[in-house]
Amino acid sequence: MTTLSAESLAKVFVEVADTLVAEFDLIEFLQMLADRVAVLTADATVGILLVDAKGRLHFMAASDESAKLLELLQLQQQAGPCLDAFRTGRAVVNTDLFAPVAAAAWPDFARFATDFGFRAVHAFPLRLRDEIIGAMGLFSRTTGDLDDGDVRIVQALADVAAISLLQERTISRAEVLTEQLQSALNSRIVIEQAKGAIAQRYEVDVDTAFRMIRSYARRNNRRLGEVAYLVVTDLPSLTGFEEPAG
Amino acid sequence: MCTNATEALSATGVGVSVMSGDGDHRMAAASDPATERIEELQLTLGEGPCIDAFAASRPVLVPDLDDSVMRRWPVYGPAVHGEGIRAVFAFPLQVGAVRLGVLDVFRTHAGQLSREQMGRAITFADLAVTALLDGQDQPHADRDLDEAVEHRARLYQAQGMVMVQLGVSLAEAMVRLRAYAYAEDRTLSDVAADVVARRLRFDPSQS
Repeated sequence: MTTLSAESLAKVFVEVADTLVAEFDLIEFLQMLADRVAVLTADATVGILLVDAKGRLHFMAASDESAKLLELLQLQQQAGPCLDAFRTGRAVVNTDLFAPVAAAAWPDFARFATDFGFRAVHAFPLRLRDEIIGAMGLFSRTTGDLDDGDVRIVQALADVAAISLLQERTISRAEVLTEQLQSALNSRIVIEQAKGAIAQRYEVDVDTAFRMIRSYARRNNRRLGEVAYLVVTDLPSLTGFEEPAG
Repeated sequence: MCTNATEALSATGVGVSVMSGDGDHRMAAASDPATERIEELQLTLGEGPCIDAFAASRPVLVPDLDDSVMRRWPVYGPAVHGEGIRAVFAFPLQVGAVRLGVLDVFRTHAGQLSREQMGRAITFADLAVTALLDGQDQPHADRDLDEAVEHRARLYQAQGMVMVQLGVSLAEAMVRLRAYAYAEDRTLSDVAADVVARRLRFDPSQS
């Protein structure tokens, strides 16, 4: 996987460490992390879960839809490599999804993932010392295993991401992560509400509705959450949803 | 509920304010008369953690009313400090884009909420949302509170769909869904699944 130059790797680390920007947005930060790790590992798709104040894990970001589905499945079944990484604080790497050990540990997850064409999974805890705030899953369509160097790089990225989320708490206030996470969870609810509104308004299914909202946000250079909020509070003011993407 | 929350969170008092986007704010409940006065303070002064939590749709947690807090809320800070309060934790009462108000936790000693207390505070805020939506002190038994992620997503999608079907606000759509489920003695997620699958519509002309 380490096909990247040291220079671009360094750039990714700096990006992941930089949470002290004025308009820090937790969802966008995690989305960026998922996208970077996916590029880094070339063939893997990446999903991220974070824990809330009540100890429940939530899906936060994924590099694509299949990673999102695999994360949601684990949450629904309460079983899977990401949950193991979260619970134990240890990385689960190079697990062959066709191997009996995977079928024994997470039967539903293994079946679903292999049906999707995945061959191997790796899961890394997001942690700083004793504090575990979530997990990152890498789902791979090949069995090209991560070597020790790759594992160290991905875990280091996960650590830097966790530290930069947690350090903000020590630098400014311990409560910042809770505030941001609760806000991000609510933003995800707004997006679901907006999907329903658009699905009804344009007589399409909710997945199409989501694509329409996302492409509207891109065309108009606005944030997804911002557009979703307008959809459910002031739908008549938004025009141009019908336009096909691109 | 405010009294229970006060005890469960080792707080001095807990208050709930009902707020709307156009600035119509009023206190709905408080654990005791002294807290009632403190809760009203930010509504009267128009600034404070509760006002900010509502505006930004996120908790505003102030474990220590220090100098930086006095700068952030120059009128409210000294006023609430003068009442003996040293920590304020404000949790928005909301479901996505529907914002109903804020739950405030006050303490006479500085210090963070423990992880367990934070979880409890958010649970109390969820209960307050349910009570406000049902418009009564005893919310309908919420069989859907901890349901699977997928089901919850469908519930929110159904809210958006019913909003458009009825041409009402999202908050009203939410209330209509809950009332329907209650009247038909069905779970909210069942009803939501029917709405999303287009087996059930709420606009009278089409049902």
